[in-house]
Amino acid sequence: MIMISDSKKSAIGVSRENMEGKRLSGAQILCECLLREGVEVIFGFPGGVVLPLYRVLPDYPMRHILVRHEQGAAHAADGYARVTGKAGVCIATSGPGATNLVTGLANAFLDSVPLVALTGQVATPFIGKDSFQEIDITGITLPITKHNFLVQRVEDLARTVRKAFHIATTGRPGPVLIDLPKDVLSNEIQFEYPKQIHLPGYKPTLQGNVRQIKQAAKLFNEADRPVILAGRGVNISGAQAELKDLAEKADVPVTVTLLGKSGFPDSHRLALGMLGMHGTVAANNAVTGADLVVAIGMRFDDRVTGKTSTFAAHARVVHIDIDPAEIGKNVRVHVPIVGDVKHVLRALNDEVTPKRHDAWNAHIAEWKLLHSGMEIREREGKFRRERCNLPDCPHPCLSAGVRADRILPQYVVDQICKVTEGSAIVVSDVGQNQMFAARYYVYDEPNSFVSSGGLGTMGFGMPAAMGVKIGRPDKAVWAIVGDGGFQMTIQELATLAQDKIPVKIAVLNNGYLGMIRQWQELFHDKVYCGARLVSPDFAAVAEAYGIAGFQVADKESVASTIRRAMEIDGPVVIDFLVEPDTNVFPMVPPGGSIHEMIEDNGR
Amino acid sequence: MKHTVVAMVENQPGVLNRVASLFRRRGFNIDSLTVGRTETPHISRMTIVVDGANTIVEQVVKQLYKVIDVLKVSDVSADTTVMRELALIKVSATASSRSEIMQIVDIYRAKIVDVAADSLIIEVTGTEDKIESLTQLVRRFGVKEMVRTGCIAMLRSANGATKTSEED
Repeated sequence: MIMISDSKKSAIGVSRENMEGKRLSGAQILCECLLREGVEVIFGFPGGVVLPLYRVLPDYPMRHILVRHEQGAAHAADGYARVTGKAGVCIATSGPGATNLVTGLANAFLDSVPLVALTGQVATPFIGKDSFQEIDITGITLPITKHNFLVQRVEDLARTVRKAFHIATTGRPGPVLIDLPKDVLSNEIQFEYPKQIHLPGYKPTLQGNVRQIKQAAKLFNEADRPVILAGRGVNISGAQAELKDLAEKADVPVTVTLLGKSGFPDSHRLALGMLGMHGTVAANNAVTGADLVVAIGMRFDDRVTGKTSTFAAHARVVHIDIDPAEIGKNVRVHVPIVGDVKHVLRALNDEVTPKRHDAWNAHIAEWKLLHSGMEIREREGKFRRERCNLPDCPHPCLSAGVRADRILPQYVVDQICKVTEGSAIVVSDVGQNQMFAARYYVYDEPNSFVSSGGLGTMGFGMPAAMGVKIGRPDKAVWAIVGDGGFQMTIQELATLAQDKIPVKIAVLNNGYLGMIRQWQELFHDKVYCGARLVSPDFAAVAEAYGIAGFQVADKESVASTIRRAMEIDGPVVIDFLVEPDTNVFPMVPPGGSIHEMIEDNGR
Repeated sequence: MKHTVVAMVENQPGVLNRVASLFRRRGFNIDSLTVGRTETPHISRMTIVVDGANTIVEQVVKQLYKVIDVLKVSDVSADTTVMRELALIKVSATASSRSEIMQIVDIYRAKIVDVAADSLIIEVTGTEDKIESLTQLVRRFGVKEMVRTGCIAMLRSANGATKTSEED
């Protein structure tokens, strides 16, 4: 994936005249710098003070995608960044344009996504005067960006852009905002690209401490019931192969966080699936019963740990993360290793001795078998047998407890997985659809699942999928959204239509804010206040935007419609009218211990 | 327990805001915070006194390190340091009480920097304890106004003749 952009980058470099030493406007300098950072696409929305930039943008070989709301620009840049590993770039004007980016920036911040947000600002003499569309966006975004800059002089611009990209993409990645006053964009100076930048306060640690790694390896070699917890750090660092090597060499089962999905192949014999609030029984029990937990590139979010006092209570904890502030923040750690996951895992692999944990893995296989839960019954017997290695599964398999004509949301995800043969990139929204997308698609390819984890941003799915498709045009991209979140950013259908971005959108339409309804059912006395949704006909809405739209109300048409969507050369919306009251199980009640799960509500 | 954290920061606009925002956001309680210039023109030095358990302060230090403009952070609580604070105390003083106040000021090696008919201003430098104790003593005369700078700290040199108690 990075190859594509690199070749494009060099092609740009070769064909263009070198502008160094020439007199350029701030806007031109900005574009020159963006090109040098390998930027190929910008998601944005113009406005008064950024017009000097839009004046020169067509002169540069960078694609500008006009979104319909700045939040969409931030999410699209976010999706693009997650699948390419490069910084996503978005533009908004001053004032409301900038504030509309806030949700997207917060989302990227919590999920460690490299983003460079460019916001317009009123000209420097007008700053602090409450001028038209003036807002203190560096102040507003201070706690939700890795860093931000207000460029006060055009002389500082090139250096600032270079710093911003460096900060956004290295160490623990994150969003960086550059606020650009109008006069900084229009003033001219002789363009000098900084040969180097100086950031004395920023030195991410990449190599893990050798002694600590040896210590971790020792624990690995001694453990009887080890478990690996892999998080998004594995995907960011591109360490999927190293993780697999480690798990196989030491014969250690691997569970993943929501954003760790696709960091370890779901169909691998050592895969436990996701852990935490909606984790698998096997994963949650394994962590609770483990004598060693090796956490890799994850931050012990409360959705993962449940009650921290009982989390991995019998285990020694090794924590590998690039951000030292994550270590010891939520969970007590015995061996901390600060470093880049890929580097650390390579070093750790050299120290770990090959071992078998047959008894432990057999125990886990039993959990997988006895607590298969709804999700496995929904699946085909074939997949189930692959998972638990049982030629004759004694448990009811697909559709056993389900009326034949109903569409379960799980079934839709399962069918998308089958039709795409597990090779698509799935982008989920937030809520039940997110958990179904995470649990029922089989992610075997690295970086094939994109979701809003930390912030849980409804409305993330479709605009993010837009960016994902632009970053990975070679892959089928499916957005799996609910009828609630879809409406939050539905205006981006116009962007999909205008720029012909062939994202396939599956709406799991249950007529409810499903996760809200589920919590109300289980924890709030079944008072379904504010959960019922009356939505428009999404297929008709899609058609009105000039996008192919389908509505599917019967189970037989699910697979065929998905197939049809794949054949259409363009964006498609499929509105699946699914069972209205399906719950996501297993579920750990909020604040509970992760091994105490509700597996079914007996319906 | 009180911890004294010293942070060297780049003298950039907004750096104080970044640090203060971090404390507010993470729910860390600041006892005092002072910022000032150092021997290097573009570097400022912050001395932050925080009240909290060791684990909390460890988080403070780590979070501070993540601020790009922060160059170096150290928790100097366990080290031998020189810690100073300055206070100005305006005390009611009549002709009859003035000499008694002056005696106290003398014992504390403080200074009287302003005298009026019914009050005077004391300038005192020292550790938090010393200022606290002086304040207690003059309270009965009537403290009309008081301002304290917050603590600044510097590590003592590791070797050589160190004076440790002259001021304390």
